[in-house]
Amino acid sequence: MTQTLAPPARTAVVPPRAAAPAVRRRRLGPGTPLPYGRAAGPLLVVALWCAASATGWLDPRLLSAPWTVVDTGVALVRDGTLPDSVLTSLRRAGLGFLIGGVAGTALALAAGLSRVGEALIDGTVQVKRAIPSLGLIPLLILWLGIGEGFKVVVIAIGVAVTLYLQTHASLTGIDKRYVELAEVVGLSRRQFVRKVVFPGALPGFFVGLRLGVTGSWLFLIVLEQINATSGIGYLMFQAQNYGQSDVIVVGLVVYGLFGFASDAVLRLVERRVLSWRRTLSG
Amino acid sequence: MAAHAERVSAVSVRGLVRRFGQRTVLDGLDLDIAPGEFVALLGRSGSGKSTLLRAVAGLDYDVVGGGELRVPREVAVAFQDSRLLPWLRVLDNVVLGIPGDARERGRRALAEVGLGGRERAWPDQLSGGEQQRVALARCLVREPAVLLADEPFGALDALTRIRMHDLLRELCARHRPAVLLVTHDVDEAVELADRVVVLEEGRIALDVPITLPAPRSHRDPLFQSHRDRLLLALGITEGTTP
Repeated sequence: MTQTLAPPARTAVVPPRAAAPAVRRRRLGPGTPLPYGRAAGPLLVVALWCAASATGWLDPRLLSAPWTVVDTGVALVRDGTLPDSVLTSLRRAGLGFLIGGVAGTALALAAGLSRVGEALIDGTVQVKRAIPSLGLIPLLILWLGIGEGFKVVVIAIGVAVTLYLQTHASLTGIDKRYVELAEVVGLSRRQFVRKVVFPGALPGFFVGLRLGVTGSWLFLIVLEQINATSGIGYLMFQAQNYGQSDVIVVGLVVYGLFGFASDAVLRLVERRVLSWRRTLSG
Repeated sequence: MAAHAERVSAVSVRGLVRRFGQRTVLDGLDLDIAPGEFVALLGRSGSGKSTLLRAVAGLDYDVVGGGELRVPREVAVAFQDSRLLPWLRVLDNVVLGIPGDARERGRRALAEVGLGGRERAWPDQLSGGEQQRVALARCLVREPAVLLADEPFGALDALTRIRMHDLLRELCARHRPAVLLVTHDVDEAVELADRVVVLEEGRIALDVPITLPAPRSHRDPLFQSHRDRLLLALGITEGTTP
């Protein structure tokens, strides 16, 4: 019965159906983020690792089971091996980072604030930049031996160059209009440096710091695995000789924690110091 | 060219020449501004307005030219952009470069431009008009004998500009600095200035005193005639009278 009514009914139905959702766009963005979404990937990897070890599919000589790694870590902390190694490594990286940081910043200021400084320093650092710091190792061993001094110097050079490049770029990039303002309000040279140059260069300085701290861990790892008799890298190198994959993983975890913690601290300091920028990034 | 009487002037410019390469931007320019006088400087783009202002402000190093400039020490400059340092809070921007503790004076200046209570704000938290008012406070707090303003309202919207005009007029009436205002807005010039100077090819083409009573209305026929005359001098022949 209703069939006979169908044709008119259909024409009556069409307009509302076409008009109902006025304009519905196909969503092309990835949508709202999943809760704790970023932790999901790493957790999955650990879960697979657990499963593979438990089923015996993963040869413990290649990669120890997670629980073995935890046990080894605890044992290494108990017998004092790990704390000693961590302290040694931290001292090397920290000292190198400190010395390199101070040197890089000082050089950047000298090059950015005076034409003589620029002429003497900038070209030199740019040439050094073309040579990877790790390439200097043979020469530095020749000069300094393979003691602690040599390790600190390699890290310091790497950090100094990174920090110099970032700070110098941000110094020379300070808006000329601010310089003009400083002239108009009659700032002295010292006030100009304190009120305009330093704050203006700080964002670049922090980028340099964060790159520098990453770099110092990188150099540390390389140095401790070539010729060292102490430190995390040495611990891992020894473990490699004895086929102790659990100790190697413990070392990797420690390196990871170093990198993560130092970056987090720097980011926190950066947010504090550059609080005026928060209004820009929202 | 209404030659100004040779009494004490706040700013005195004699035979000012400025060249950029082959181009002579200022060509033997003479200008006097009396203490407390408000002079608006009009001119087509490239007529040398900004060059003159920068010369008076002492901001033109490495520029070829000559002439005589007498400018007092207490000069304040307002730029087209507010030019606040983003890493200094509002009050610190206002007192930037003032020796000693000027924070109390800075606070008063901020209150005068209607921004009392915003001392601790960051410049980026303020609207464009508010930023420009902070810049005015930064000029004020220096108690300048001469205020140089390079299109200070050029980047503001029309409504904000009207309010800034009122504010500037009020502040000038109270503090009486000599003012040199560079603008391309004829209405703004007639509304604010005691005298309007039109620059053309590096010289003064027209120098008109504006003697209109205090609340200047755009509807005033005298306002209109000044406006038409200035527009004519700027090369716009159609006097647009509504």
